[in-house]
This record gives sequence, structure tokens and C-alpha cells, in this order.
Amino acid sequence: MTADQIIFLLCAVLILGSSIMVVTTRKLIHAALWLVAALFGVAILFAILQAGFLAVVQVVVYIGAIAILFIFAVMLTRKEMLDKGTQTRSNWWLPALLGLLILAGLVFLILGQPIFGRTAAAMPEGVDTLRNLGFALVSPDAFVLPFEVASVLLLAALVGAVYVAAGNNK
Amino acid sequence: MNFLNDPITFISAWMRSLLTGWGLLDGLTTVIIYFIGITVLIIFAMVLDILLVWVERKVVARFQDRLGPNRIGPYGLFQPFADIIKLIIKEDITPAGADKLLYNLGPVLAIASVIILWAILPLSAKIYGVDLNVAILYLVAAGALGTLSILVGGWASNNKYALLGAFRMVANMVSYEIPMVVVLLIPTILADTMSVQGITQAQNGMWFAILSPLALIIFLISAIAELGRSPFDLNEAESEIVAGFHIEYTGMKFGLFYAGELLHAFTFGGFMAVLFFGGYGGFFGLEKIGFFSWLNNPFVQAVVFLAKAMFGYWVIMWIKYSMPRIRIDHMLAFNWKFLTPLALVVLVNTAVLSKVLAGLPNWGYVLGMFLSNLVIGFITIEILRAYGRKQRKAETKPTPQNGQNQEQVA
Repeated sequence: MTADQIIFLLCAVLILGSSIMVVTTRKLIHAALWLVAALFGVAILFAILQAGFLAVVQVVVYIGAIAILFIFAVMLTRKEMLDKGTQTRSNWWLPALLGLLILAGLVFLILGQPIFGRTAAAMPEGVDTLRNLGFALVSPDAFVLPFEVASVLLLAALVGAVYVAAGNNK
Repeated sequence: MNFLNDPITFISAWMRSLLTGWGLLDGLTTVIIYFIGITVLIIFAMVLDILLVWVERKVVARFQDRLGPNRIGPYGLFQPFADIIKLIIKEDITPAGADKLLYNLGPVLAIASVIILWAILPLSAKIYGVDLNVAILYLVAAGALGTLSILVGGWASNNKYALLGAFRMVANMVSYEIPMVVVLLIPTILADTMSVQGITQAQNGMWFAILSPLALIIFLISAIAELGRSPFDLNEAESEIVAGFHIEYTGMKFGLFYAGELLHAFTFGGFMAVLFFGGYGGFFGLEKIGFFSWLNNPFVQAVVFLAKAMFGYWVIMWIKYSMPRIRIDHMLAFNWKFLTPLALVVLVNTAVLSKVLAGLPNWGYVLGMFLSNLVIGFITIEILRAYGRKQRKAETKPTPQNGQNQEQVA
């Protein structure tokens, strides 16, 4: 087993364990923090795959902004942050079945691909992934349109949020 | 290759030959060497932190016209050790109803969020943790962990003042992160890279502090806000919420928050040096002359870097001990209505000018950049002055409401 595989396995355990804790823990704030742990694990996965930019952005956006907003909102809205009700519904078996089906389908599809037992190709020397990503985001034959559409969508969300927060004082 | 010119490579090569000579596997050797390297770096940062306690106390004493610690050791140098012994033997209290795990996690995260920054801090061209190509973003990501530590510590204390302090800190850090990120793009544009080594080497001819003084000022302000130091110390405003997020912490747990804050301030001084003052280099081409070639020695570079970082730390202390705390609504208005727009203007200006002036000789480029910053600064000050005049006029004009108030007071 190589060092990469050991790190990957530890990381997978971290992500899966934290994800299970997110949905099973009864304290909302703990759930949010377990979510942070899971997202951090994903950032480590990106780092293993030599996608440093994605790893750092994962931490900045998901932990620095979204998870902190979650925690902030949870702290502000509930005094008693304990959920005492039962954690399952009577029809829990239906989503469980659906989840299992999707998992089986994915496993079937992945097993059909000749990707097992391969080692990742080494990164060629002198390739600046960050620069390539930057060019791809603004190049007309690459992703400039989705990038701009996403920007406009976010701007619209921002303006909408400010409008709602400011209130309709006519 | 010898020890004086490339110490890290020399030591790691020596250790590799030693460990493989003992019959250890190559992969295991790498892990052990990296582990030792990380430990040494952390120990260096923590020992420096002990010294910083003394520096901070001495400097604040000077600012407040006192002597500061002067009893233990020469110039009170051993005072921090006495402080540490006191903190260690203090009773460790966990408040009733506290979330025990998170309560203990808070201080650990607080110091960890600072120490991970040392991974990318380039002490010299040869002495550094790692040269990331996304180092600038890494700096922002580490700040996110710092926010998390304060939020966790403040909430887990089960104390309303602690929670209030944590809320304020999050409002502070989340909003000042925006001008910080915008202004961090300016050295990126000027150096054409996000790696701190690249940014340092791009300043060998000219410091970015001269190319973009406004960016330096905005970075300094948002760094102080991110540190939560005065005038942005709303998270621990003594006169309002007693001690803020660390009110319940005693002994070494409080010590970790305190040490983390000091080391964070010094680290930001270091980043100010790297991003705007040429880091370990930036001698304006002096190091290329034969007589001054000793400036390229890694140890000399490390001393230069630490001196520049100490200067940045001193400026942060200078501001901390001379400015009163600002009100929370002023703080947020200052960020959203002033600092963020100004940072965006400076960013657009730098981005456009760096392409327009690219054809000019070096002195024309430097002069153009500097003058454009001066013009923006002048316009900003004029706008602020007009705004201030309007505010003062509105306050002195006897409005019906105002008049009533005055009568009531009378």
C-alpha cells in the first residue's frame, strides 16, 4: 500500500464517519461541525489529486462561508439546540431502498470501467494548473458562458437578498 | 551543497543517509523527515511566540509611558516564562453546562489556525515550509479556521457574553474578509503569481508598497480587523461584554488564545513584509553587486525577513495602543461603504494600469502606478472630507428633534 492510498483510506473514513454523524447527532451545532469535518476531508481529497486550488477554495467557500453561516443561523434561531423527536419516519425504507439502488447502479457502472489497479499519471513538469484553469474560465471556446451566467445568477441572488433584508418600506 | 548556503536540503540529505543507513525504507524515511521538519517549524514559531509576549508588554509600556516588566532577568526578558508557569499552575475550570469537547477544541483551533500559516511563510529563498501556487488563497482559508475557533469557543462556554463576543467576531471577520481578498489580488496581479516565493522575487527591483501604497493600507486595516485587535476588538470589548469569547477560559487554555493572537499579529506582519516590502529580499538590486552578495545567504535573508515582520508587528501594536475601539455599526459601515468600494477601485486601477504601462521602461511603470495611487488617495480623502462636513452640518443644524433634546437636557 502506498502512502497515497493510506491517506485516501483515512480520509474516506473521516468523510463517511462525519457524514453519518451529521445526520445522526442530536445537537444541531454538532451536526454543523461534523459537516465542517466532512467538507475538510473532501478538501484533503482534492489536495491528494493535486488540485490545490480546489482544495483551498473548498475550505474558503464551504468552511469559511457556508458552514459558518449555518452555525451562525443555528445559534441565532434556536435557544434549545437539542432535537428530542424521533429521528426516522415510518416510510424510511423507501429512501433507503432508492439510495441502495443508486449505489448499486453506480457500482455496476464503475466496475465496467477499466480504472481499477491503475496508478495516476504523474503531473507533467512545468504545468501551472491554476493558470490553465484561469484561461479556461475566460476563454470563449471553454467555459466563459457558464462562468458568466453563474456570476449573473449570484449577483441576482445578492440583489434579491439585499431587497428582502431592506424590507418594503414604501 | 553546504550547510551555510542551503541548510534545509543539507540537513534532510544528511538525515536521509543516516536513516536509510539504519535500514529504514525510503518512504518511511521521507515521512519521518517531513514530520521532524514540521515539528521544528512549529517549535520555532512557539518559541518566537514566548519572545513576542515580552515584546508586546515592553512596547505597550513604552506607548503608555511605563517601564513594563523589568524585574525578572535582564530587561525583564524572563517575564514570559513566569507568565507561562503561572498559567500552567492555575486551576482549569470548565463552566457548568459547557459543551466539553467543543470547549476544549476552541483554543486548539485558535492556535492551529495561526500555525498552519507558517507552512507558507518564506523565511528565506531556501528556508520555507512549502511553496504553494495558491498561497494567497491559503491565507484566506486559514482565516476561516480562525473564525471557526472563536465561534466554537464562544458558543461552548455557555455564557451570554462569550456568545455575544463570538457573534461580533464573526460579523467582523466575515465582512473584512472581502476587502482583504480583493486587496490580496493586487500583489497577485503585480507579480503575476499567487506563490509567496514568486511574489517575493517579483519585488527584487521595487517593493509593491511603492507600486500600490493604497493596497498596503487596506491590507493593514483588514488584517487588524481579522486579528480582532483594537480598534476592531469588539469581540473582547472589556467595557461592554467583559472579555468576550474567552471570558470562561482559564489557565493555559486562555494562554493559547492569547499566544495565538500575538503570533497571528506577528504572522500578519510577516505577510505584510512578503506581499508589500519584498519579504526576505527586495534590496533594489543591491544583492547582485559582488560586495553585497552575502545578502543572498539564507540566514541573512531570514534575519531580514524577521526584522521586516517585526516592523509590521510593531505597526499593528502602534495602532492597537493608540486607537480607541470603534462602534459596531461604524465598523460595518466603514467596511461596506468605504473599504470594500475603495479596494475594488484600486484593484481595477492596478489591473488596467499593469497592462497599459507594461510597454513603458521600469521607472515609467513605477511612477505611473504610484501616481495613480496618489490620485485615488487624494480623491478618497476629498470625498471623505465632503462627507464629514455634511455630517457635522447636519449635527449642528437645529432640527426640531435636536432642539427638543437640547431642551430636555437643559
